[in-house]
Amino acid sequence: MSATPFLILSALLFGVGAVGVLVRRNAIVVFMCVELMLNAANLAFVTFSRQHGNFDGQIAAFFVMVVAAAEVVVGLAIIMTIFRTRRSASVDDASLLKY
Amino acid sequence: MSLLYLIVGIPAISAAVLLLGGRLTDRWGHLLGALAPLASFVAGLVAFAQLAGGDDEALTQRLFTWIDVAGFHVDIGLLFDPLSAVFVLLITGVGSLIHIYSIGYMEHDERRRRFFGYLNLFVAAMLTLVLADDYLALFLGWEGVGLASYLLIGFWQYKVSAAVAAKKAFVVNRVGDLGMALAIMLMFATFGSTSFEGVAGGMGQASAATATALGLLLLLAACGKSAQVPLQSWLLDAMEGPTPVSALIHAATMVTAGVYLVTRSNFIYDQTETAQTAVVVVGLVTLLWGAVIGCAKDDIKKVLAGSTMSQIGYMMLAAGIGPAGYAFAIFHLLTHGFFKANLFLGAGSVMHGMNDEVDMRRYGALRSVMPVTFVTFALGYLAIIGFPGLAGFWSKDKIIEAAFGENVLIGVGAVAGAGITAFYMTRLMLMTFISQRRWAKEAHPHESPLVMTVPLIVLGALSVVGGALLLNGWIVDWLEPVVGREEHQDLPISATLITVSVLVVVLAGVAAAVVMYGRDKVATRAPSRVSPFTKAARADLYGDAFNEAALMRPGQYLTRSLVYADNRGVDGAVNGLAAVVGGTSGRVRRWQSGFVRSYALSMLGGSALLLLAVVAVKLA
Amino acid sequence: MIAFWVLAPVMVVAAVAMVMARKAVHCALLLAVIMISLAVLYAVQNAPFLFAVQIIVYTGAVLMLFLFVLMLVGVDSSDSLVETLRGQRVAAVVLGLLFGLLVVVALSQATLGTVVGLSAASEQADGNVKGIAALLFSTYVFAFEVTSALLITAALGAMVLAHRERLTPKPTQREMVAQRMRDYATSGVHPGALPNPGSFARHNSVDTPALLPDGTPSELSISRVMRARGTVRDVSRDRLTERGIETETRQIEEGER
Repeated sequence: MSATPFLILSALLFGVGAVGVLVRRNAIVVFMCVELMLNAANLAFVTFSRQHGNFDGQIAAFFVMVVAAAEVVVGLAIIMTIFRTRRSASVDDASLLKY
Repeated sequence: MSLLYLIVGIPAISAAVLLLGGRLTDRWGHLLGALAPLASFVAGLVAFAQLAGGDDEALTQRLFTWIDVAGFHVDIGLLFDPLSAVFVLLITGVGSLIHIYSIGYMEHDERRRRFFGYLNLFVAAMLTLVLADDYLALFLGWEGVGLASYLLIGFWQYKVSAAVAAKKAFVVNRVGDLGMALAIMLMFATFGSTSFEGVAGGMGQASAATATALGLLLLLAACGKSAQVPLQSWLLDAMEGPTPVSALIHAATMVTAGVYLVTRSNFIYDQTETAQTAVVVVGLVTLLWGAVIGCAKDDIKKVLAGSTMSQIGYMMLAAGIGPAGYAFAIFHLLTHGFFKANLFLGAGSVMHGMNDEVDMRRYGALRSVMPVTFVTFALGYLAIIGFPGLAGFWSKDKIIEAAFGENVLIGVGAVAGAGITAFYMTRLMLMTFISQRRWAKEAHPHESPLVMTVPLIVLGALSVVGGALLLNGWIVDWLEPVVGREEHQDLPISATLITVSVLVVVLAGVAAAVVMYGRDKVATRAPSRVSPFTKAARADLYGDAFNEAALMRPGQYLTRSLVYADNRGVDGAVNGLAAVVGGTSGRVRRWQSGFVRSYALSMLGGSALLLLAVVAVKLA
Repeated sequence: MIAFWVLAPVMVVAAVAMVMARKAVHCALLLAVIMISLAVLYAVQNAPFLFAVQIIVYTGAVLMLFLFVLMLVGVDSSDSLVETLRGQRVAAVVLGLLFGLLVVVALSQATLGTVVGLSAASEQADGNVKGIAALLFSTYVFAFEVTSALLITAALGAMVLAHRERLTPKPTQREMVAQRMRDYATSGVHPGALPNPGSFARHNSVDTPALLPDGTPSELSISRVMRARGTVRDVSRDRLTERGIETETRQIEEGER
């Protein structure tokens, strides 16, 4: 089967994830949208791996998963800390870093 | 194996011990300090005997390589030739006497040990200067004596006047040192070497312009160190230092370094008429300048300082004449070293007995209370005015003769200087030792202790017999290997006539002084209604005023305008730029809303734009 | 092939729903749908190892972590969907569409050539897992080692961030009582325990509010989360029943029965 449908699906998921990041204000949901974008990229990697007939793309997807796991752990810890001090998980509330 | 290094080494080590040893050496420091130049003198005598007895033209000793880089090689070596020899003996001999004298003079000063440390430092530096075989090493000694001079003029630094005088001497000397440094650089650029040998060897091929430039630059250096016009202003103020310092540094040795430099560089000056003429003119102007100042001063040390300037003017004059004058310049330098040290030490002895009073108008009739000082001082007096038979007579007469051989006008100027010298020295003599007593109430004049009078007696004797150096033309023969000689000088008038005329002029000067100060009572306060000439002489012939108006004020205006330009122009541009950046940033930072999602939106916008560009390029 | 055409619409719909879902828990569950579908797509594309990792690491670990944090933060903290930044939503949708459109255009213009497929590579390496392992421990070994450092750093970072230093000594029971009394004195906070759910009501399940003596339900007896979810049982009818009981009681007391 051609790779193009997979890539288009990947692009759609990525775009939806990006819009989600931009419109949602709950930090945890924003995080989920980021994960969606990462997964969309992974799909592209795996597709290209098949396209080219070697495993490098799968390796890249693997590394993305590792990094995503680490990122989620730290990111959620940060959200927890912010929530503990400000009783809010909204990304708009954490807007002190400005002029 | 030559022991030349001992001559420099002994006082240098002694200075190091005294200055680094601190209070540990307080009890015996002055003895070590006085012994060091004495030992150096003995070493100098041994070397002198070796030189006089042997066939060698000079004793040399190579110590070590100082600088060795591509194309530039400087060895530190010692050169003991006839010229250096007489200087070494003068410095260590007179130096020893003055050190011994200082034991008594500085007895009540709690920093006597430090004083001796500085004196030894000076002696070591001065010996480095005269023993160096390379202009760069000579420069080392040159700066060393400058440092010692600075330290010793300002020895009583709690006095503002002393501190200011020391600073002035230092600054004025820097102007001269500039000439020295430029001359050395020029030598290196032209000859690739700075040793006497290398420069003398290279002079044959050098252009006249190079020779003239070198001669004038070295003259500038000599002017600074020897207090010659136009760099004369520091010497009178330098009298703020202790009197032995004035005797050793500012009369007998350091200030003659300029004469030494010109004489040593004879191979340069022989190539350039212009520079020689410049030296003669500087000498002539200074000898009259100093003599005129000496006539109007009431401070005994300043009179002697003016006299020193004047006598060094004679030496420069002689050195500028060329081979006919070099030997007499050195001859006068030696005799002057004897009698001027004698006079300064005598003045110090008088001050010692008069509670450090320096105003001659508060002296008078001291001959009976200070007989030894009086007699030795009188011998020095007779020597300087050129009383027949004494040291100064022979040396000054020869210089005047050489001056006439050069030019009648210069000869007349030199004779006039001799007359003025007779006038001011007689004035000093009368006001101090003869006339009526004008002592301050609390003054109890007394003769100085033996440790001070013995050096006076020795120097007085040398003032009398110093002329013996000319016996059979010895000094001329002795110096011939270094400076050459010129046998036949055509004199416009006979030598005898010159001598007689000089004696007449001197007698006239003495008579004038006797008429003015011998008969009438001398006022205890300097009269304020005086002729413009006296006023000018009292103001050092407006040397300081000129420096201030011509150099200091414009310099201050220049720095002030530069500071203004820096503050307004340079700083203004820089600050303006910073303000523009700061203002722009202040406006731009308003875009920072703090909302992460806005930032993410712009990021996505950027990525989309980038992608758009890529796609557009690919499709186009 | 069939799997793709079945799963692709599901995934797109789930993604859009995730962005629009009001409650964070729903988002998490929709994300799980997407991820499992993705795992299937990996399997379809000859990536059995990633299929397993996707399910275990993503769906198993990461999503559970999300849910865990959601529970900690509070399920009721779902945000209102009213936008506060002016123009943000429109701009985001426009830009997202533009971005997706551009990628699709770019992809449709690109010539990818024939698909090589992984069967040859798998055969040569004696299986997918062995093939990946061979690459991972030869060409990418340095990157692999660095990821270990990254994971340790992340673990430490999470611990440091989540750790709360106790700055004051832990209050004793006596101090807590004193504090409670002070609060009561100053701001009138009730010092005793909160009412249990179900008191004086028909049911004692947690969604049934307690009834106050006048028959009104007590808000305090219900969990904040349940209030936020709107799953509190309506007890308005119980009050009627109660009145009936009261009438009966009065009748008994008055000796009418």
